[in-house]
Amino acid sequence: MESKNYKIISENVNAYFGKIHALKNISLSIPTKSVVAIIGPSGCGKSTFLRSLNRMHEMTPNSKITGKILVDNINIYDIDAVLLRKKVGMIFQKPNPFPTMSIFDNVAAGLRMNGMKNKKKLTEIVEKSLQQAALWDEVKDSLSKSGVSLSGGQQQRLCIARTLAVNPEVILMDEPASALDPISTAKIEELIYELKKDYTIAIVTHNMQQAARVSDYTAFFYMGELIEYDITNNIFTMPKKKQTEDYITGRFG
Amino acid sequence: MNTNIQPQKLHSKNIGDFIFKNLTLFFAIFILIIIVLMVYEMYSSSAVSREKFGLSFLTQSVWDPVQEEYGALPFIYGTLVSSFLALLIALPLSIGIAIFLSEIAPRWLEKPLSFFIELLAGIPSIVYGLWGFFVMVPWLRENVQPFLIENFGNIPLFTGAPYGVGMLAAGIILSIMILPIISSISRDVLKTVPRAQKEAALALGSTRWQATKIALSYSRSGIIGAIILGLGRAFGETMAVTMVIGNRPTISASLLEPAYTMASVIANEFTEATSEMYLSALIEIALVLFVIALIINSFARLLVWSVTKHSDVQGKM
Repeated sequence: MESKNYKIISENVNAYFGKIHALKNISLSIPTKSVVAIIGPSGCGKSTFLRSLNRMHEMTPNSKITGKILVDNINIYDIDAVLLRKKVGMIFQKPNPFPTMSIFDNVAAGLRMNGMKNKKKLTEIVEKSLQQAALWDEVKDSLSKSGVSLSGGQQQRLCIARTLAVNPEVILMDEPASALDPISTAKIEELIYELKKDYTIAIVTHNMQQAARVSDYTAFFYMGELIEYDITNNIFTMPKKKQTEDYITGRFG
Repeated sequence: MNTNIQPQKLHSKNIGDFIFKNLTLFFAIFILIIIVLMVYEMYSSSAVSREKFGLSFLTQSVWDPVQEEYGALPFIYGTLVSSFLALLIALPLSIGIAIFLSEIAPRWLEKPLSFFIELLAGIPSIVYGLWGFFVMVPWLRENVQPFLIENFGNIPLFTGAPYGVGMLAAGIILSIMILPIISSISRDVLKTVPRAQKEAALALGSTRWQATKIALSYSRSGIIGAIILGLGRAFGETMAVTMVIGNRPTISASLLEPAYTMASVIANEFTEATSEMYLSALIEIALVLFVIALIINSFARLLVWSVTKHSDVQGKM
């Protein structure tokens, strides 16, 4: 593929937390409007990699990243982190709606932070985002209720709606379904399949079936290194590296 | 087998637990007993004054021991206004300090700064009073108050002569005294905001200030609690206020005028209260102070409850 078709390009990314070398020479590029799953055992650096893509690692003291990360061919360190994060949204492991806000206000939070005050437009975008997140039908009559009054699965879809409302181009998902029951998980997976049409998605997951179901490409991380990165079908049917095969067949991790 | 030992063991354990349970229950009830006794004592000892003045004790502003005329309004006014003035000054500063310490300061700076703030809380109030009287009051008299009178003298708040001592001095000294408690509790509360909350805001493209606003909103009930604790301290503070407020039982809109608080009048006059009526009136002031503190605390509970009832802030996360 030509480079213009890659939404995110990373080259020789190294991450350090103090003396810990968490990512080692990662070069991984994500094609536009596709889903890339990142799998690997705990502590392999998959979340670290994801968090480096929207500079969320800067929240961790003593963290340092070297190498190059480009979003739309622009180095993410050449632009303001605030602007970057509007373009590269993130969904977290545990649903984290703002507890003091209503459902409506949760979805509108990002827009209001950007200074949008037009009530009509806000209402429009909130409705559209909730529909995109497949939550609208469940909450349309209770938009003024607290965001945390919803079930865990609904809360996570609320967080997805909140992210979609600010109109990002990339969505990073850090084990978005690991705290949810199987039915809620299935809903999130269906949603990812829908969102792929408009967004570029990177998803970290512990669940290999999930990776196989939702992603176009899969990257296998192990001990801070990118072991293998290929079309998802290839990774799960004919992995080239022995470590990948051992992991997906459950021999370790 | 041990079957014949076990019941005995269980039995003896039960007696120990029985004593333990009732002993701790007694300690807990003890607090209640002290409060009830204090209220009863204040209530009965103020009977003479209560019978003579009734509710007019709260609305009369004459305090004249020679004529045996007692009205507590100037003291109630002085306590309330000096405390809220202190809160007005201390609150923005405290929240700013708390935000800096919890969100912005690097760890090497946060620790010593927090230590100094807690040190401020440990200084005896007589030391604040001494500093207030000999350093702050002259400074107010010579620099601040002439400036206020000259530039804002047409506003009732700043009319009168630059005495130095007065409501403004009391408000400032109280604000310094309640600053440590409000800022350190607010800092602790802000530190308990889950990282996921701040990250959620940042991931939406919020600035640091916007993410901090989310954190403040998350911890609002705790911050209200901190404010009430600070206010409680300001209500009861005696020594430092007595030294700088001017001790004149008048009600004036001007912050530059001398005033008087409930705690101060008790401290100043309890040795002179020779007549039964005089002593009774002073004790009634103590009762009023107690009731006002109670009302403010209940109001705070109500406020915290109304803020948290709609959203399960601590749970479900």
